[in-house]
Amino acid sequence: MQALTNRAKVVDRKPMTFIERLYLWNILKGMFITFSHIFKKRPTINYPEKKRPFSPVFRGLHVLNRDEEGRERCTACGLCALACPAEAITMEAAERKIGEEHLYREEKYAARYEVNMLRCIFCGLCEEACPKDAVYLSETPAPPNFTRESFIYKKEDLLIPDPTKEPEAFKKAKGLS
Amino acid sequence: MSITEIVFWFLSGLALVSAIMVLLSKNPVHSVLWLIAVFFAISGHYILLNAQFLAIVNLIVYAGAIMVLFLFVIMLMNQGSEPEPRSKSMWIKMAGAISGGSLLLVMVAVIRQSANLVVRNEANDIVPKEAVARVGDIGLIEKLGNVLFTEYVVPFEISSVLFLSAMVGAVVIGKKE
Amino acid sequence: MNIDWILVLEKFLLIATVVTISLVIAMYETWSERKIAALLQDRRGPTRAGPFGLFQPLADGLKLFMKEEIIPNSANRFLFILGPCLAMMAAMMTSAVIPFGGTIEVAGRQVDLQVADVNIGVLYVFAVVSLGVYGIMIGGWASNNKFSLMAALRAASQAISYELAMGLSLIALLFMSGSLSMRDIVTQQMAGDWGGFLGWNVLYQPLGFLIFLIAAFAECNRTPFDLPEAENELNFGYHQEYSSMKLGFYLFAEYINMFISSVIMATLFFGGYDMPFFNESAHAHWGNWLALVGIIALTLKVGFFIFLFMWVRWTIPRFRYDQLMNLGWKKLVPLALANMVITGAVVLWLNDK
Repeated sequence: MQALTNRAKVVDRKPMTFIERLYLWNILKGMFITFSHIFKKRPTINYPEKKRPFSPVFRGLHVLNRDEEGRERCTACGLCALACPAEAITMEAAERKIGEEHLYREEKYAARYEVNMLRCIFCGLCEEACPKDAVYLSETPAPPNFTRESFIYKKEDLLIPDPTKEPEAFKKAKGLS
Repeated sequence: MSITEIVFWFLSGLALVSAIMVLLSKNPVHSVLWLIAVFFAISGHYILLNAQFLAIVNLIVYAGAIMVLFLFVIMLMNQGSEPEPRSKSMWIKMAGAISGGSLLLVMVAVIRQSANLVVRNEANDIVPKEAVARVGDIGLIEKLGNVLFTEYVVPFEISSVLFLSAMVGAVVIGKKE
Repeated sequence: MNIDWILVLEKFLLIATVVTISLVIAMYETWSERKIAALLQDRRGPTRAGPFGLFQPLADGLKLFMKEEIIPNSANRFLFILGPCLAMMAAMMTSAVIPFGGTIEVAGRQVDLQVADVNIGVLYVFAVVSLGVYGIMIGGWASNNKFSLMAALRAASQAISYELAMGLSLIALLFMSGSLSMRDIVTQQMAGDWGGFLGWNVLYQPLGFLIFLIAAFAECNRTPFDLPEAENELNFGYHQEYSSMKLGFYLFAEYINMFISSVIMATLFFGGYDMPFFNESAHAHWGNWLALVGIIALTLKVGFFIFLFMWVRWTIPRFRYDQLMNLGWKKLVPLALANMVITGAVVLWLNDK
């Protein structure tokens, strides 16, 4: 077979020389290799005290966005669910009643919006598909849990804090503060 | 009673009880463990007789090597089954009685004939010689080596030839499949 | 009959000190094992329990004590408990004949830093080492588990195979010293030139030392000979059915053995409590400080050997069982025999000259 890279080493099947058969010399060589590792830099960091920075393109948990007046932007068009390659998103639409204008921006809204974080592959296609700027992937990695049910994030879990009621939390969630 | 005497009686009692337990215990593994206790008691006696070398060699060879081999064999034998029923034939019983009796005879004769076990006191009565402990240096390694390689060199070499032949025999049996 | 009660008290204190020191050192060997493993593998090791994780052994011990004590239903209860006791006892008993230092003077009494200076010290060590097999065999058999039994037999056959090479390699050394007493062997080495350094037996018996070292690795069940307790491939080993502190005793006995064999190697081959390039007899007026120098020298040597044990453990992979037996019987024993014969010939030749 033609070599694809020049890194592959040809297996040496020559009979071992006397020094190799003594085995001691090789043990000494190995011991010097391990000894040299004492002086190498440790890649480990002390995790909870020190954290590594996330990559700027990191995609974490989903967030359902609100506008400046605190109304949900999602209109339950279903484009995100359609775009999702893992079929992680489910939603149920409902019509906005009179007197609910301060809650929902559009006339149609998502009564139920669920993301199954076990299915989600965090590709970000839902984000791109959304015409209303409603769904975003945050920088929070998905936390571990014990049950399958707890990985299905409901609308309440996904919604960003209301800017009119909790401006601080809203700013924090947007990463503005 | 001096400490030496207390130790002597304690060791003798230990040796006797353990030796009886070797015969009485149903489980062969327990028998071997009691036998090891016997060896320890005898090593203690050797130390009382100022024969440290014999004591230690007794431990190394008998307790440390031979008994381990015994344990090997017994542990690998079918151990879950009940001990075999005592239905020995008449002949075996008689053979056992005769061989045990002759051994006893030999031992009694040896004890009777060894003249230095008894001495005559001032009144010219025969009284048992008092046991002496921690005197004499024939058990020390240097003296023992000198005696072995000068006075007893022929028996010593013959016994080593015996061991060699045993080893050769073991190898031959092992090679035969 | 009068008993020298002060001598009894002195020996009692000495024994208590030696036992405590070996236990503490074994404790911190577990810590340094983790730390050295981490260093050699570019990790950090225990850092959380106390400064540099120094309280980690305490936490480990506490954990072992809190675990459930399980005695299997079909196990032989008495022997099951006896096994770890024997292992621990055999590990502790060896330290009786080791000279840990010279002589110190306490309240006008000359106290030897050695529990018992018997004239058969080296043989005593062998006797105790050969008894260590029983702890393993009894534990493995009493568990009433076929895997434990097989592992126990494996461990015991390894131990008795390497005892042979160990003994033969030492005989050459005894030819040279002409004494079996550990203190005599050390004093002879201290008499060498360069403050004792040229008297070290390792310079005259390098092959014997190498064989002894390899056999010591095998006796302590350390990598590359740790088949008796190959956690990750041969199902744990003879202590498979053990839990809680009884398991802890088995593991602890291994660390004590490691400490003791380091001390024995330092004593027999590396001059014991002899500080190299430092003439002890010229500084006899230092008194107790001289003994301290000796203890420090021995500690340094022992520390190096313990490090060597761990260094090798994290470098070399485990032997296969047939390789183990081949190395023991077909390589080490003949080598040790050859070493013995050559040393004997040279000693005789030098004596004749």
